[in-house]
Amino acid sequence: MRPLLIIACGALAREVGWVVDANGLDGVDLTCLPADLHNRPQHIPEEMRRKIDANQNKYERIVALYADCGTGGLLDELLAEKGVERIGGAHCYAFYAGDQTFEEMHEDELGTFYLTDYLVRFFDRLIISGLGLDRHPELLDVYFGNYKRLTYLAQTDDAALQAQARAAADKLGLEYRYHFTGYGGLGDFIVAQAEKGTTDGANDHRILA
Amino acid sequence: MADQEDDIVLSELNDEELVQQMHDDLYDGLADEVVEGTQILLDRGWTPYDTLTKALVEGMRIVGIDFRDGILFVPEVLMAANSMKAGMGVLRPLLVETGAPKMGKMVIGTVKGDIHDIGKNLVGMMMEGAGFEVVDLGINIDVDTYLKALEEHQPDILGMSALLTTTMPYMKVVIDTMVEKGIRNDYVVLVGGAPLNEAFADNIGADAYCRDAAIAVETAKDWMSRRQGSALAAT
Repeated sequence: MRPLLIIACGALAREVGWVVDANGLDGVDLTCLPADLHNRPQHIPEEMRRKIDANQNKYERIVALYADCGTGGLLDELLAEKGVERIGGAHCYAFYAGDQTFEEMHEDELGTFYLTDYLVRFFDRLIISGLGLDRHPELLDVYFGNYKRLTYLAQTDDAALQAQARAAADKLGLEYRYHFTGYGGLGDFIVAQAEKGTTDGANDHRILA
Repeated sequence: MADQEDDIVLSELNDEELVQQMHDDLYDGLADEVVEGTQILLDRGWTPYDTLTKALVEGMRIVGIDFRDGILFVPEVLMAANSMKAGMGVLRPLLVETGAPKMGKMVIGTVKGDIHDIGKNLVGMMMEGAGFEVVDLGINIDVDTYLKALEEHQPDILGMSALLTTTMPYMKVVIDTMVEKGIRNDYVVLVGGAPLNEAFADNIGADAYCRDAAIAVETAKDWMSRRQGSALAAT
């Protein structure tokens, strides 16, 4: 059996890979659920169940790199049933920025639209095309009429991504803010989990389908 | 030239064909065409109520089914809703004038800390289409504002919406306050929003969880019949 499997949202795959590589974490494997489940959060628990069931006999431990992600506690029920621990927090913005910092941002401006590195990279596909704003620009006010600000929560210090994030704010007609989070709680969680139970596995980690 | 030949002249369609075309135009999010069709029906002597229910509400019902079945997605539903809203803009003052049937009254709002309102707005529109008077409080609504609205408007139904796991617990704050003040049973409380579910609604003491706008309308109508039945039984 391999020591540890992380089941993560696809939007975190790149960051997980970086943390694992940067920390030389042995025996840590990653598999992902599609990031677009974020748009259908009611399906996250059942997809997580399938993934856990498919892998539980292959790993000593499985952990979930999902926050509540809009499941209203149903993901936690499933994870409790399966004895799988997850990263804390309501969503990835909170675990990247830290609960307190995120809470302060939220209180400062409720109408804030948050982007991570992943969301900046795929902004046009996920937001402009995904919300139909390319075909129906008149829907901009329907989606974003209550927002005032776009805050880019950056995992990496990347000038190109910052420029893209600023351009995204302009497209949505929102004030732009930047906040560097680094890998935040995600990095801490992965390292802590790896330290908990990795055995003398192979000196590699694998990203599974 | 091919496009011009394909253009449908709504005024040349008979009533049945026009209503069908309005369903199609609503489905395709063509607000101008829906408004034009609405006006044509009125000019032909249709009552505002029949125009609303047979052309607009029925058209939106079809949209709701296809959304539930994964054929239509959020952008298309929103465009369809905009079309229905445009048609209702024509009908609204006429519905009042002609004394269209009233099912009841609802106060609705998105809870404190939450600025999402797409679902709430769809519910409000469909409830209005079903004959309910809707008082929409907007977003980020605290308990005091909800209670003031209940007192001022004396609705039958309180509707609360939340899109965040972190804000949905506030619904319990509102309901618990209603219980404290002894007014909980004066209202039907319906809740909805993406992270919600039936178990949550039961736990917080709501009357029902409504998965989408169509379910909200059916649930509201069902509760209104029960209340009327109880009122009749008590007399």
